[in-house]
Amino acid sequence: MTDTTAPRTTSEPEEDDAPVLSHSWSDSRALRNNMLTIGAWLVALIAAIPLISVLYMLIVQGGSRLSTDLFTELPPAGFEMGGGFGNAIVGTILMVVIASIIAVPIGVLGAAYLAELGPDSQFVYAVLVLAMGTYSAIAGGVALAILMLPTVVLTAEEAMKMVPRKMKDAALGMGCTRTQMIWKVVFPTALPGILTGVMLGVARVAGESAPLLFTALFSNYWLSSLREPTASLSILIYNFSSMPFDNQIELAWAASLVLVLIVLVFNILSRLFGRPKY
Amino acid sequence: MTVVQPLKGDAPTKSANADDDGEVAINCKVSKIYYGSFLAVRDAHVPIHKGKITGFIGPSGCGKSTVLRSLNRMNDLIQGFRLEGDVHFLGQDIYAKHIDPVVVRRYIGMVFQQPNPFAMSIFDNVAFGLRLNKFKGNYHERVEHALRRAALWDEVKDKLKASGLSLSGGQQQRLCIARAVATEPTVLLMDEPCSALDPIATRRVEELMLELKDDYTIALVTHNMQQATRVADVTAFFGVDISKGGRTGYLVEMGETEQIFQRPREQLTQEYVAGKFS
Repeated sequence: MTDTTAPRTTSEPEEDDAPVLSHSWSDSRALRNNMLTIGAWLVALIAAIPLISVLYMLIVQGGSRLSTDLFTELPPAGFEMGGGFGNAIVGTILMVVIASIIAVPIGVLGAAYLAELGPDSQFVYAVLVLAMGTYSAIAGGVALAILMLPTVVLTAEEAMKMVPRKMKDAALGMGCTRTQMIWKVVFPTALPGILTGVMLGVARVAGESAPLLFTALFSNYWLSSLREPTASLSILIYNFSSMPFDNQIELAWAASLVLVLIVLVFNILSRLFGRPKY
Repeated sequence: MTVVQPLKGDAPTKSANADDDGEVAINCKVSKIYYGSFLAVRDAHVPIHKGKITGFIGPSGCGKSTVLRSLNRMNDLIQGFRLEGDVHFLGQDIYAKHIDPVVVRRYIGMVFQQPNPFAMSIFDNVAFGLRLNKFKGNYHERVEHALRRAALWDEVKDKLKASGLSLSGGQQQRLCIARAVATEPTVLLMDEPCSALDPIATRRVEELMLELKDDYTIALVTHNMQQATRVADVTAFFGVDISKGGRTGYLVEMGETEQIFQRPREQLTQEYVAGKFS
């Protein structure tokens, strides 16, 4: 960069008016380039501030209560000390899993229809949501599934549309039916994008409390049947955060941190398994 | 079940307007091809002779690719496509009602303009068609054979598990040729297979075509007249008719490559091969 005598390809001798090839900070192009780079860094930093501050708060407020008790104990009653929210963790994971079992196949197949086969996308989407809507009162899982569906459908559809046309043509040219093309070429190629959509859906739904208030409610006991009121982290946070007891408020913070960690683990797992192989 | 066997049992019909000696693999008698109400091609009677390379040349928009893609019903995927006339493949009209276009494409393979390997390993790319046809034999043997056939084996034999997309453009195109010949189709359609390649890669693919000619019938669309003189045994020259408003392609003349380029019968062919328009 600082080498002023750049190698010359021609055999002509070095002259005084040889072009200056060295790097200069005062050059207006370099100046603008550096300014923009610094600007982009600043903006990125500003965008990260809320994220970092939330994480910081969670770790400071909830970190002190992190212990194995949280995962093994039941929520404490009014004036009790200690306790945990093992049942809420189980409940949240269970309901998210139920939601995923329902929403992922429907969402991905629906997206495949929208991306590859269907001509009129908005109509189908409305039908899908409405048809599912009638079952929403049965359980929290189904309610969460409905919330998950749009995210999964939209991101999976985008991921499948990103698979190059020429690859789909190649599959059809080999003698694939459309179904075979989707299963053998489009799904495997779009898998990382589809998984990203699923993870976005999971992350969204895991922290959702409103749909659970009317479907899963809450419980202070361990889960014994899928047909009973079920505890969840989000409802526990909602309940405990408004209580007048320090112990419960601390637990609410700890539960928030655990919820974030669960979503983080899900995300890392999906990145590991969904990495494009080729 | 084995890989699709060429329909050798069926007696090929001698084409009425096949002025050359030798068997006709595909007797294409297209009267009209429409896209919606747009007449894209008219009067293209192009017999594709067995064991020869038939080159399609002509200016842009003359319908040479359209005709090629109608030989394995790839055009069926385009909305509004309609063909009048018939295309006989070893005696059967592939546009007859009972014919499944998906099966037709397994007998008539295709190599596209852009190299389009799947996002899978090199091995899986070549094995794709075998798996599709539920081939029960030795996959490694067949894959190696196909890769040797495509003059790619020595370059990839140590990295069969690497991504097909990691290869260079020329290698990718040869991989696509290997993928197409792995299932041993009867006819190979090549739609400007070298247009995205550099001269050295083009040279290799051309040499490959001349080698493949012993086992396969090849139809080749090319933008490059020199390529036609180098590899094609028979050449079909297409022109554009703008007399009725739209741009309608039609077959101007067809004959031995040497005759088309040295002693064309038509004035238009004379002007085209002399480079007066393109």
